[in-house]
Amino acid sequence: MSMKTNTRQVDGVTIMDCSGRITLGEGSVILRDAVRDLLAKNQKKILLNLGEVTYIDSSGIGELVSAFTTVRNQGGELKLLNLTKKVHDLLQITKLYTVFDVKEEEASAIKAFK
Amino acid sequence: MTDHRVSYTLDSTLETVDSAETTATRIAVEAGFGDDEVMQISMAVREAAVNAVLHGNAYDPGKKVKLEFETTGRDLVITIRDQGKGLDPAKIPDPLAPENLMKTSGRGIFLIRSFMDEVQIHPSQTGTEIKLVKHVPGSSGDAKEASQ
Repeated sequence: MSMKTNTRQVDGVTIMDCSGRITLGEGSVILRDAVRDLLAKNQKKILLNLGEVTYIDSSGIGELVSAFTTVRNQGGELKLLNLTKKVHDLLQITKLYTVFDVKEEEASAIKAFK
Repeated sequence: MTDHRVSYTLDSTLETVDSAETTATRIAVEAGFGDDEVMQISMAVREAAVNAVLHGNAYDPGKKVKLEFETTGRDLVITIRDQGKGLDPAKIPDPLAPENLMKTSGRGIFLIRSFMDEVQIHPSQTGTEIKLVKHVPGSSGDAKEASQ
């Protein structure tokens, strides 16, 4: 299953619901382009909902890091929501879990944006 | 489980990466691994295939990736060879080092080592061979977790 994204707005926060695989090639490119599009529209409070992401490889991890850095460098915030066990474990072993701001519940995640 | 060996010669394309992952998943299931181990094996093979296609053969259509699976009663042994310049494992930066933590690449070999019981990297002037071993559950070789 290739990656798909769908965005919605809640209280000034853009929630990007992601599904499928974030892997080298199409999946990583789709995520990169989607984040760039939001920044181009000055939507800099981004909550990345990864609840339906079934698989992520090292390229996908790199893309998450890139998205996080790119948004932060433009004065925005990017948080992660609803990690699956697979993604959670990957971020743990790569020591990125504490780098990202990871949330488990959408409403409280939205309130956490400045 | 009876001893069995199967090998593939693949083009240096992204399709090869997906094919290697799919094949690894099927063989790991057939070998009797559980869901978590199947995911680890398939991801390790995917990362090794990515290295072979991108960093080894650099998408060169004239260069091939050789993928071999060998199942024994004790181990699943997977060998991936490319025809690139040769990967020096000593020159791979530690992706967990603070200065590398926010880099967008360089985690493939680390993930492979994290997921497999044994990893051997053999670089040469004619390419790199990486051998991945996962001990079959319940076999005498499945002692890594107990020893850690």
